[in-house]
Amino acid sequence: MKILVTVKRVIDYNVQVRVKADNSGVEKENVKMSMNPPDENAVEEALRIKEAGKADEIIILSVGEEKCQETIRTALAMGADRGILIKANDDIEPLSVSKIVAKIADNEQPGLILMGKQAIDDDANQTAQMTSALLNWPQATFASKIEIEENTAIVTREIDEGLERIKVKMPFIASCDLRLNEPRYASLPNIMKAKKKPIDIKSVEELGIDVRPRIENIKISEPPTRQKGVMVADVAELVQKLKYEAKVI
Amino acid sequence: MSILILAEHNNEEVKSSTLNTISAASKLGNEIEVLVIGNNVDNISKEIANYQYVTKVLLLDDQNYEHAIAEKIEPVIVSIADNYSHIFAPATTFGKNVMPRVAVKLDVAQISDVINIESEDTFIRPIYAGNALATVKSNDTKKVITIRPTSFDVIAKEGGSGVIEAINFVSSENYTEFLDREESKSDRPELSTARIVVSGGRGLQSADNFKLISDIADKLNAAIGASRAAVDAGYVSNDYQVGQTGKVVVPDLYIAVGISGAIQHLAGMKESKIIVAINKDEEAPIFNVADYGLSADLFEALPQLSSELDKLNSIEK
Repeated sequence: MKILVTVKRVIDYNVQVRVKADNSGVEKENVKMSMNPPDENAVEEALRIKEAGKADEIIILSVGEEKCQETIRTALAMGADRGILIKANDDIEPLSVSKIVAKIADNEQPGLILMGKQAIDDDANQTAQMTSALLNWPQATFASKIEIEENTAIVTREIDEGLERIKVKMPFIASCDLRLNEPRYASLPNIMKAKKKPIDIKSVEELGIDVRPRIENIKISEPPTRQKGVMVADVAELVQKLKYEAKVI
Repeated sequence: MSILILAEHNNEEVKSSTLNTISAASKLGNEIEVLVIGNNVDNISKEIANYQYVTKVLLLDDQNYEHAIAEKIEPVIVSIADNYSHIFAPATTFGKNVMPRVAVKLDVAQISDVINIESEDTFIRPIYAGNALATVKSNDTKKVITIRPTSFDVIAKEGGSGVIEAINFVSSENYTEFLDREESKSDRPELSTARIVVSGGRGLQSADNFKLISDIADKLNAAIGASRAAVDAGYVSNDYQVGQTGKVVVPDLYIAVGISGAIQHLAGMKESKIIVAINKDEEAPIFNVADYGLSADLFEALPQLSSELDKLNSIEK
């Protein structure tokens, strides 16, 4: 079985995101970029499934600009086998990405597609569900546990009320929650080895998919800032303030 | 302009997220129809028909829909989508699961997690975990939208006089089977909807010391949260994590204890109404967003806070 894993290059989660002065977007120049955190969980899960002898190849797919190769290399250094980069504009919408993933799935015929549940830049939380609908494969979103059996899998999902377990037929698509696993760090020898692993680069035009945007960004603005409050002298004063000034306890 | 809302419920009661979503829709139009899909949901449909602003309830009552399986709900919505200009659902794990499927089947982009509605095609939504707000205009003919419940008031549960119309749908084969659900049975409120949240960070120094946090949480009937640093250090499990990579919370009162205030944590709690920070380090960035700051050793401050709360409770009693 092949596993297809999607990874997105995003601003590192530790970076303070700054809105550009002209409200056209956020500052991406000279900003540390990393793999989207739940995508790391997706890569890790694929590796564990392969290590358990239930998969033979892990393919990493990224959609975006040339530099997404670095993100693919990170996944290859973790242990994935080969990469595919579909070159496209950086702000390509989830609707278009899902069409690309579905197309690659048609070509590669994986038994499982793993994705992060959400990208921490646009926070859309859409691509896995859309891809599932396009392929007519079962979806297991917000997965915190994946148990692969013969032709089915049991997936534990993180839902607002707690946990839910579903059984899905293979092939299926899972969107991975941060609780799924603890992603490994790439070792130095593996980083060296990853440099020789193949990455197939194609443009989105070659795939023949319409990726024209449907949504216009009118403006990107700073959220309202909080006023800095007061320092209290001790716990007694704090409790008084909460009780009689803020009236929240 | 006619708006369809996908109701969230558990076959027994309507989830409050449905009320927030109807409220959001009421800002746009006066033809508001609510789709209720479930098993034995006659009462649910009757209840919703009475809600403020609701003009019609579409009811699909069948044991096939006992569990909210996205692959089963999506085709039902798609089959009636022609009648509506907008389709709304709450941005909960329920709505997030279903709506992108609807959008792609209609070949439209979805606008996720809307916090404000500017006009019939222009919406505001947080990006980068709320570190920026995007005002976006949809150029699709049909708008598929999820609504962040905490950003809209709830509507009145009466005053409406919607008609109830039963609908039929023949579902095709399905490859997903519901097994079971384990709802968190904590006596404490759910983290994402709690009125008060008490969170601990790396300053707690150990899993054991989190008892100090749970003691305060018990006294305030609060949910417990944690910073990513505390989770990474293994003090508590990841479902307690508040922040960009965890849960986003908007309580009336958020108490951050031993949390320095990393960007990624602030992203998950800075919309809280009142923020309290207790930290030894006066320079900690958490104080920049706190309404009340206390620079103190948490191992002294928390037991004191506990006894002050006891005093307060005994005065009230």
